[in-house]
Amino acid sequence: MILSVDGREAYAYTGGKTFDPALPCVVFLHGAMFDHSGWTLLARWFANHGRSVLAFDLPGHIRSAGPALTSIEAMAAWVPKALSAAGVQRAALVGHSMGSLVALEIAAMAPDRVSHLAMIGTAVPMPVPQALLDLGRTDTLAAIDRVVMFSYSTLAAKPSYPGPGMWIRGMARALMRQVMNAQTGGNLFVTDYAACNTYAGGLDAAAQVRCPATLVLGAHDQMTLPRAARDVAQRLKARVVTVNAGHFPMAEAPDPTLAALREALA
Amino acid sequence: MPGASDPGFDTLALHAGAAPDPTTGARAVPLVLSTSFVFESSEHAASLFNLERSGHVYSRISNPTNAVLEERIAALDGGIGAIATASGQAALHLAITTLAGAGSHIVASSALYGGSHNLLHYTLARFGIHTTFVKPGDIDGWRAAIRPDTKLLFGETLGNPGLDVLDVPTVAAIAHEARVPLLVDSTFTTPWLMKPIDHGADLVFHSATKFLCGHGTAVGGVLVDGGNFDWRGAARFPELNQPYAGFHGMVFAEESTEGAFLLRARREGLRDFGACMSPHTAWLILQGVETLPLRMARHVENTRKVVAFLAAHAQVAGVGYPELEGHPSHALALRLLPRGCGAVFSFDLKGSRNQGRAFIEALKLFSHLANVGDCRSLVIHPASTTHFRMDDAALAAAGITAGTIRLSIGLEDPDDLIDDLKRAFKVADKVPA
Repeated sequence: MILSVDGREAYAYTGGKTFDPALPCVVFLHGAMFDHSGWTLLARWFANHGRSVLAFDLPGHIRSAGPALTSIEAMAAWVPKALSAAGVQRAALVGHSMGSLVALEIAAMAPDRVSHLAMIGTAVPMPVPQALLDLGRTDTLAAIDRVVMFSYSTLAAKPSYPGPGMWIRGMARALMRQVMNAQTGGNLFVTDYAACNTYAGGLDAAAQVRCPATLVLGAHDQMTLPRAARDVAQRLKARVVTVNAGHFPMAEAPDPTLAALREALA
Repeated sequence: MPGASDPGFDTLALHAGAAPDPTTGARAVPLVLSTSFVFESSEHAASLFNLERSGHVYSRISNPTNAVLEERIAALDGGIGAIATASGQAALHLAITTLAGAGSHIVASSALYGGSHNLLHYTLARFGIHTTFVKPGDIDGWRAAIRPDTKLLFGETLGNPGLDVLDVPTVAAIAHEARVPLLVDSTFTTPWLMKPIDHGADLVFHSATKFLCGHGTAVGGVLVDGGNFDWRGAARFPELNQPYAGFHGMVFAEESTEGAFLLRARREGLRDFGACMSPHTAWLILQGVETLPLRMARHVENTRKVVAFLAAHAQVAGVGYPELEGHPSHALALRLLPRGCGAVFSFDLKGSRNQGRAFIEALKLFSHLANVGDCRSLVIHPASTTHFRMDDAALAAAGITAGTIRLSIGLEDPDDLIDDLKRAFKVADKVPA
């Protein structure tokens, strides 16, 4: 679905169903250098089980016009405008990695618009090594490879995502390259990861959140270590679900992640 | 160039896509000979059919053993995923029909395996898909042949029969200028010798019957997607970026930015054409893939010794192997195939068809048959078999002489192979020309 936000085109995948703003809405927010493709299975499930779904491409990512937004706060300000453009007043927010910080910030700043919060593959704060930012600046392809190396926990994530026969490390690498190739102006790798790195208000934001919150963490996550989510979990009084996965539970453990979200958004 | 994100090639050949079986603890890849898979509930069934959950439904569409092979070859080729098919020809057919239909056009190398040439020139033309053939080294010819209805460019890493090396980076660039994908048949090289995706190819397929299996025990194919082609706004590809009525209006390029092609190929091509691989075949091919790096190194090592022997032999008019300086693709081979140019090549025996026939019949270790890529050495005499209907002029046009002999070098002791060839030369020499 194409929306207009601040006069620019914004894309949201709707789970393969015609979007109905009258239904309870679930919003999916992707991580750095990704797009909505990482949410396909979850989005389709919720869209076919009584929810409306908006899995956005954040500005500057593949189908949503740039420029990319340079801070978590700016992304968090953009999403409610996109919801309004879709005719949605209140939604459950599900975010992954960078998207989880965006969801957290929205839940704190616009509590009347958030019914549930689910943060997947998260840490607050979310520091990014300077070496990775530097590599992203000088050799983005190598930086993408570095991220993929740390993001997955196994060479055999069954039943694979989005279906059997897919090599999820190759999927992630190819998607990030496509996101890079589609960027308009600037270095999106640096923009996204710097946004994660500089977001300092996460724990304060968590203390303000009033809606039910769930964290879905990968037991073997090397990008956002599970222990780095303890403080935010405490402040959110969140339910924490740990699944057998790395940084992308929805790809490495799609069924346990779905089960966690079904409970979280019930 | 798998990059820092993947383990090395040898490790992937053994581990990609497979882990110890969670139920039995089996370390080797289990052979799952089951047509279908039990649903947990009606809701689970519906969610699998509607692509809300990942899993297996019916082995024509996917199977756990096949999935290991698919993920492993994708990992080795630097792709995003793969589909195992009934044969290499089925993989080629699946690639083409996922993108093309009646009224579509293909630009293909003229140096193709005969079966591929037949499919493009005769059979697909019957269904309204037409092909323009260009010499693989005619770079301007590739560009000039592209039309508004062109759906893909297609060539072989090592062309048939002269082993012309396809300039994958250049042809890929030409394809991408026109927003058309490049499909490459990588059967002769396998990912151990070349990864076409790293050089710009978009889609790759293998006749897995050959070196990937390596033991001459199974017929199969694998189609790999590199995931780099941007299908989103390309007007040539409504199959991928417009609603597909055959799957509830699914827009594949919206479902997955990088995986749209494979989603449609599996959900339409395997579902409707049905040229799937048997799980037993997948299991056999996996046994071969596990030792692919070791075997390919030995194939190339043996081939170099046999090529050197033949190149120096008085009864040999010429050897067509790109590592030889006189080969037209020598410079390209040095650049694109640094590990070697494979184990299949032809040489020209001085003499008549009868002498060629006698040469082959005198061989003891080389098996006379119509295949390549076996662990055993193979031989065929095109003038008396695959091309026997052609007169000498037609043979010459195809780059074949009455004395052309094709070898596929296996893993035997190379000295024994050379002794076998020496014996055959002596026999051929005694036959009247």
